[in-house]
Amino acid sequence: MSNPLTAKSWSPYVVGAGIGILSWVVFYTANTALGITTAFENTSALAAKAVAESQLEGYFSANAKKPPKIDWQWMLVVGVLVGAWLSSWLSGDRNRISVPELWQRRFGPSVPLRWAVAFAAGALMMLGARLAGGCTSGNAISGGLQLAVSGWMFALTFFPIAIITALLLYGRKGDQSHV
Amino acid sequence: MFDSVDRLLLGLATGVALGFLFQKGRVTKHEVIVGQLLLRDWTVAKIMLTAIVVGAIGVYAMFGAGWVGLHIKPAVIGGILAGGAIFGVGMALMGYCPGTCVAAAGEGRRDAMVGIAGLLFGALLYVAFYPAWQTVRNALGDWGKLTLPEWTGVSAWVWIAALAAGAIAAFVALERYEAKRRQTA
Repeated sequence: MSNPLTAKSWSPYVVGAGIGILSWVVFYTANTALGITTAFENTSALAAKAVAESQLEGYFSANAKKPPKIDWQWMLVVGVLVGAWLSSWLSGDRNRISVPELWQRRFGPSVPLRWAVAFAAGALMMLGARLAGGCTSGNAISGGLQLAVSGWMFALTFFPIAIITALLLYGRKGDQSHV
Repeated sequence: MFDSVDRLLLGLATGVALGFLFQKGRVTKHEVIVGQLLLRDWTVAKIMLTAIVVGAIGVYAMFGAGWVGLHIKPAVIGGILAGGAIFGVGMALMGYCPGTCVAAAGEGRRDAMVGIAGLLFGALLYVAFYPAWQTVRNALGDWGKLTLPEWTGVSAWVWIAALAAGAIAAFVALERYEAKRRQTA
């Protein structure tokens, strides 16, 4: 039996159970739920405050009780970067690529195009997540496992729309027709 | 400005575990996320559903024992519907979700690093026009921090049992379908 730490992948059921159990640990040790995007909001708010606090009065007065800070979740996001690096380093599954293969087969090898879309898509995802109160982690998984109406409503909204968008972008057969 | 050092280290350690799981689960890969959205690769659904069922069992057991509190987000209908729609379009274009985008950057992916810059820019837009976004969020009412058991009057354990049974049935069907497809391929 090979070392699981150096394996390139684990069964999705093992990974899912791991995330579920990690959620138990988070509730018990940190008195919170897993989430990613609040940390981004805090980072941008702190950065903007340093440059133009007067422009952000609406934000800071509304959030006076919970001012943005470098907190547990902020370090969680840093940890996600480190953990994924560690896993890929142990298994040799490093992918220093600028344009993913599936994208390249559909939209060509242009790096500026892929990066421009990635930047815009990142902004869209974050806006959507902040409007809804969380992303795939904070809303769909953490909300889902708590049987929250908000989490299930979010999952049942974003998944169908993401599927329709992907089908429109890549076509029903995806890249296969281009190979 | 900062949480305690203990709490920061705890967050870091938890994040390392989560990033490790994301990378081993292959959800750091553009083709896996887009493959799920094209209904050709079911890795994302398997991971998410398993995490939800396993997580629910432990969290509700600990909640019942009085060891932990719940952390429910309010059901702001306008925000969830508008946000979910925008998020869905963004995720299909990106091919990573916010958490797996950070993990994909850890795997070395340059487009995910650019994606992180986009995530920060989106957060800046949210913070800068905060009052306007609140109007959108609250446009269709706020049902509060509501759970499915509270909403339906059905016990959480009935919900969890139904969810677990549905997930197992779906996984069995999926594995059979995938085995058949591998045979014919």
